[in-house]
Amino acid sequence: MTTATTTARPVRRRSRLRRRNTLLGLSFIAPNFIGFAVITLVPILILFYVAFTQWYAVGTPKWTGLANFRKLFLHDSTFIDALINTLYYTAAHLPLTLAASLGLAVLLNRKMRGMAFFRTAAFFPYVTSIVAIALVWNLMFSPDTGPINQLLRFIGLSDPPGWTVSSTWAMPAVIIVGTWREMGYYMLLFLAGLQTIPAQLYEAAQVDGASAWSRFWHITLPGLRPTTFFITVMLTIESMKVFDLVFVMTAGGPGTSTLVISQLIWRRAFEGEGEFGYASAIALVLFVICLGFTLVQFVINRRSEK
Amino acid sequence: MTAADPGSEPRPAVPTASAAPAQPASPDQPAAPARYHRGRRLTGRVLLYLGLAGFAAFLLLPFFWMVSSSLKANNEVFTIPVKWIPEVFHWENYVDIWTVQISAAASNMGSWLKNTMILSVVVTLLQLFTGSFAAYGFSRIRFPGRDTLFLAYIATIAVPWQAYMIPQYKLMSQVHLTDTLWSIIILQAFGAFGVFLMKQFYETIPEELSESARLDGLSEYGIYWRIMLPLSGPAIASLALLTFVRTWNDFLGPKLYLRSPQNYTIQVGLKLFQADPMGSSLYGLMFAGSVLSVLPVAVIFLLGQRYFVEGVATSGLKG
Repeated sequence: MTTATTTARPVRRRSRLRRRNTLLGLSFIAPNFIGFAVITLVPILILFYVAFTQWYAVGTPKWTGLANFRKLFLHDSTFIDALINTLYYTAAHLPLTLAASLGLAVLLNRKMRGMAFFRTAAFFPYVTSIVAIALVWNLMFSPDTGPINQLLRFIGLSDPPGWTVSSTWAMPAVIIVGTWREMGYYMLLFLAGLQTIPAQLYEAAQVDGASAWSRFWHITLPGLRPTTFFITVMLTIESMKVFDLVFVMTAGGPGTSTLVISQLIWRRAFEGEGEFGYASAIALVLFVICLGFTLVQFVINRRSEK
Repeated sequence: MTAADPGSEPRPAVPTASAAPAQPASPDQPAAPARYHRGRRLTGRVLLYLGLAGFAAFLLLPFFWMVSSSLKANNEVFTIPVKWIPEVFHWENYVDIWTVQISAAASNMGSWLKNTMILSVVVTLLQLFTGSFAAYGFSRIRFPGRDTLFLAYIATIAVPWQAYMIPQYKLMSQVHLTDTLWSIIILQAFGAFGVFLMKQFYETIPEELSESARLDGLSEYGIYWRIMLPLSGPAIASLALLTFVRTWNDFLGPKLYLRSPQNYTIQVGLKLFQADPMGSSLYGLMFAGSVLSVLPVAVIFLLGQRYFVEGVATSGLKG
């Protein structure tokens, strides 16, 4: 081929190639993307409209501007309760799970007999059904005859907590089960993070006579910083949107003592009058909270990469 | 290991960073401290195992109690003191659970399990196909708008389902899919998760492989089918197991969409049993139902652990 013929031809060929690639690429993506768009993307976009409307299960949405949000923050004490409970859950569940999963990962990250068994045991609760484990834990927490309180009485506590039937102790019970269930999952992420720390660092530290604690403090922790950061953000979001665990363990009770934001959305939308618009406003608040945490992650990640 | 390795003994070249106890001291050190160190290391090891065993008990005790209670008579579940092993093994709980009548509805364990199995299998197949197919488009074909589309996937991963379940429910009910198994299939099969996990994996496969196949005249579909898929066995296994287990365990989706008891999944059925005034006194049966709901997942998990672990580690996402 001569280059002299025309300069337009390669350009046209490139654009034809581009069009071909676009069609080809879309054909690969379409089967998943169409389903994803209809079932996830479109509902998310609709949420932004209906959160500003008055809308009941039957009937059409009516635009009311910020009325839902005004009611939410100024006149809805149940929402404030749910928000506080959600923050309570997050504030306790996050550090507990972080510490437990990090501790487990460091303990189990060694070539010793039986470590694989313990790793499996730690991860197992995470793959089992929440309904079944909630049932078991609820009965284990039974105030009078459950094994947990029997154990507490045995070790000398004359008046053990009422757990899921007490408004003070229901949330701690949920937090215990949540931590028990999830720490194995985050342990796996920490274990993956530990593999990225060069072994030479530990060898050098040993030559220098650094103690196990100081090796952990000066090598392990700094080496795990990206992992820890990622896990902290994930845990925050997961805790803020906690739902099924609460739903099956306490259903928000007793009273509103374990009512969380997600459960409140469900209640307003699918129980009682079906206040779709108002429930969507709560959903939007939850969305914004989770989005906020994700953005913080992106910003800090970006900054630490530089 | 290289010559720079300070350890005098030959040892396996373990590339992993391990917080394992100290290596043997250098040869010129006197013997006594070495023995002292070895003794301390042994004590440390015993303490570690004891601690871990206690911890494993805390982790697994609920499951042990579940299995043991599923073999007890109803009035034997709550006794003082707790019986960890039933006196008489009531295997009939596992027979009665299929037919027992509770006040809300007949316990329909058979169709609940069947529904759950259908959903888990269909969702897993769809997710595998659409996820691996789309991931190929995202990782191997360059076209304008690709990154924006992928960003749409990533952005939604952080959005809780509870935030958009209302518009989604409205859409489903407008096309009359509520209270059918279809609603759950559609709900679960097109997740961003599969696309993300498969894309992560494809990116580890050298581009030159597909490049040379392209020169040999293989189409992109051919490359996907004949080269990429056969190479992604482990990733496919991870995705399949994680999706199966997630669909099997899902409670909220089926709870919202499936309203008639014959359409329930095992999780919703179990919850019905638990909430039922009559069912909730049948402790032995309730535990037998729980065991049945956990058993398939436990088997799959124990057989395919490696893939679960790899799937979680590569994606870093909730399974």
